[in-house]
Amino acid sequence: MTGYLLRRAAGALAVLLVLSVVVYATFYIAPGDPARLACGPRCNPEQIAQVRAQLSLGDPVYVQYWHFLQGIVAGHDYSTGTALLHCDAPCFGLSYQNNQQVTDMLIERLPATASLAVGAMAVSLLLGTVTGLLSALRRGGVTERVLTWLTLAGTATPVFISGLALLMLFCAYLAWLPFPSYVPLTEDPEQWAWNLLLPWAALGLLESAKYARLTRSSLLETLAEDHIRTFRAYGVAERKLVTRHALRGAVAPVISLSAADFGSMFGGAVLTEMMFGLPGIGALLVHATVTLDLPVVVAVVMVTGTAVVLANIVADVLYAAADRRVALR
Amino acid sequence: MTAPRTSAGPADARTASGPAADGPLVAVSGLSVAFPAGPGGSPVRAVDGLSFTVPQGGSLGIVGESGSGKSTAAYALLGLHRDTGADVTGSVTVAGHDVQAADGAALRRLRGGVAAMVFQDPLSSLDPYMAVGDQIAEVYRVHHRGASRREARARAAEVLDRVGIPDAARRARSRPHEFSGGMRQRALIAMALACRPRLLVADEPTTALDVTVQDQILGLLRELRAETGMGLILVTHDLGVATSSVDELLVMKDGRAVEHGPVRDVLHAPREDYTRDLLAAVPRVNVRRQTRKDGLHEPGRDDSALREASVLSEASVVPGASALPEAAVLLEASGLRREFGRGKRAVTAVDDVSLTVRAGETVGVVGESGSGKTTLGRMLVRLLEPTGGRLSYRGRDIGGLKERELRAFRSELQMVFQDPVSSLNPRRSIGESIADPLRAAGKLDDAAIVARVRELLERVGLDPASYHRYPHEFSGGQRQRIGIARALAPEPKLIVCDEPVSALDVTTQAQVVRLLGELQRDLGLALVFIAHDLAVVRQVSDRVVVMRGGRIVEEGPADTVYEQPAHPYTKGLLAAVPRLEAAEAPA
Repeated sequence: MTGYLLRRAAGALAVLLVLSVVVYATFYIAPGDPARLACGPRCNPEQIAQVRAQLSLGDPVYVQYWHFLQGIVAGHDYSTGTALLHCDAPCFGLSYQNNQQVTDMLIERLPATASLAVGAMAVSLLLGTVTGLLSALRRGGVTERVLTWLTLAGTATPVFISGLALLMLFCAYLAWLPFPSYVPLTEDPEQWAWNLLLPWAALGLLESAKYARLTRSSLLETLAEDHIRTFRAYGVAERKLVTRHALRGAVAPVISLSAADFGSMFGGAVLTEMMFGLPGIGALLVHATVTLDLPVVVAVVMVTGTAVVLANIVADVLYAAADRRVALR
Repeated sequence: MTAPRTSAGPADARTASGPAADGPLVAVSGLSVAFPAGPGGSPVRAVDGLSFTVPQGGSLGIVGESGSGKSTAAYALLGLHRDTGADVTGSVTVAGHDVQAADGAALRRLRGGVAAMVFQDPLSSLDPYMAVGDQIAEVYRVHHRGASRREARARAAEVLDRVGIPDAARRARSRPHEFSGGMRQRALIAMALACRPRLLVADEPTTALDVTVQDQILGLLRELRAETGMGLILVTHDLGVATSSVDELLVMKDGRAVEHGPVRDVLHAPREDYTRDLLAAVPRVNVRRQTRKDGLHEPGRDDSALREASVLSEASVVPGASALPEAAVLLEASGLRREFGRGKRAVTAVDDVSLTVRAGETVGVVGESGSGKTTLGRMLVRLLEPTGGRLSYRGRDIGGLKERELRAFRSELQMVFQDPVSSLNPRRSIGESIADPLRAAGKLDDAAIVARVRELLERVGLDPASYHRYPHEFSGGQRQRIGIARALAPEPKLIVCDEPVSALDVTTQAQVVRLLGELQRDLGLALVFIAHDLAVVRQVSDRVVVMRGGRIVEEGPADTVYEQPAHPYTKGLLAAVPRLEAAEAPA
């Protein structure tokens, strides 16, 4: 197991390195001048040149990339022209826009993204598996029909439509909820949850139909297996067949898909964050891309990449735990 | 290990459950089971007006070929067709319980408590996520509501011990994949015993097992019956298995009972033609191969009439060439090895195997699962590269050749696979599949290829007009003929047949074996015939090689190996083969 995790960690590092190279390369191929954007619209050419020197944009690409790697492992010193600024490891550099440390910006914004991802995952898993179970076992019932319709509608509707609809309905028209504004969990857990309710619902609905379908097909497949027939032939009641024998096999693929999904929600919930004004890293990424703020873009991509890679490892470990026949190598 | 076995006595079994101990144990009358139609088809009547009875403590073997409805009939005994959409009519009574009329709760009490079922594939029939002992304990608690978990576990360990699982209390905590095939089947039988049923219904209980393990399991079933007095219904395609385990036989065909009577009568004096054909098709391990040498030296002679006749009357006669010892050596392996994996996980599948195959002869390779016979076969045609030793074809070393250099030999060395379903591409017409090796060779133009494929189809006994049909339109035996035609296409000198008939019914099996023999005689082919079934191998082989653990333990002319086996392993294998003759012999 330890050996397996070490091998997977090494693989993950390799993936992340490749990812960072790709992001760097893309950035340099893309048109636009970061120095001009960082300096502002009223800068004269001399000022822009000064900024370019300050941001080390004149160095060859590989030197910049090397400094970036150095910063992550050992930290890096930056000169702001007047003072020397030390950035501790892991250092993702300074934002071209405001000279803030990127690491600090990330730490500030991660909680909102994590809150959104955790809650949305819970919503889509709950809604998806319940719908899937019902449609496998009680096909045609009223609850099943309503839930199936709901998950399909949620998946078919883009977040900026469903989010807007939710906002209009619950905040404007019914006025059951305040217009969401992010409150950190550490400040007020109750307000945190109330304010995140709509983002959770919008993003959770988007993913739920996938889980409904997976749960349904996986359960039907397991119920058709020989060992279910054995217990049926020994007088075990149908309800127990499902709860004791079928469910375990059926949830294994659901668990593993959800772990992988959780990783991608970290970086993929940009629209939801923008829609509900959540100060998460998705919103940060959009802003940084528009302003060619390379250090921020790279950092966000690296963080979400790490989340996806880790989540995949967790998914495989969970799958093996659910299905003991799978050996991790 | 001696656990208390008091609870498994015959008296106990009779008082276990059920209203009446009088009357027959099983009474089936006018049973029909019809499955709803698939898209565009009519309903399938799998069982059609079946009636039989089994007395208290009696035993019945239901035999028949695939699709005869034998398993469907067995499932009806436990009411397993309920809620599946199948239409069941007629009456089924088991130990006084009317299965048809029973409500859900009564049916669940019957299942396992009165009649218990043992299924074919012991791996897939157990819950892979649950300890074996817990599975048995769960079944026990279904039928003994008041029993505590502890009592249920104790009973599980007790029955596991009874069926011969060593160190049962500890092994009860293992999951099914940690058991061997034989142990899993023992565990399934233990589950059946757990609630002391009056009837055991076993559906092909030994089909997935090696012959020595099969022998042990059948012995265990006999022992348990003697001890508990429970009745047995044994469903099997293997007449040998049935005759050694039951008192009466019921032969089924197309959902109907063809013949029913005491084992000896059915085997000795079958009344129906179908039973006679079935018995004639069963390969016998103690009967010498009867080669039809006429026609061997007259390749031009038309003997189709003769073949026609042999299909009808002499099912067990297999024509063959019986190569002379001085025939040229085609393929020679010496010290052949193959390992899989590296380092500590390396497994040696074939270890130091030396073998020669002469032109026109048949070499039989027998062995149990895991003996390395398939790996050997694949190396002989170079589908696998040997990791050691030497392999030469007509004096040329081909063991280490690269794919490009092998191309010249590919057409001369062909293979026929076990599973005719999965070895044909379902999305391509059979003609195209057969044409593949010809197109790969690139020597013929399109018209010539089509002509050749039609000729091959005819050669293996199929309608040449079926060129454009797809694999699913053919029966198992026909598909295997297609596989043989494909192997013949590039005009090979040697064909390795890996379990070519083990997925087929005995009558189909006999036809395919006969076809291979005819082809060998007419085309002078060398055959390597790999099979786990010792009787089939004897039927076709000039020489036989017995493999175990990747090595050859015995080799020699077929009759010598079968009649005077030298190695104890060969003796054990032969002794384990169920024989029809024991029961056939007059008392």
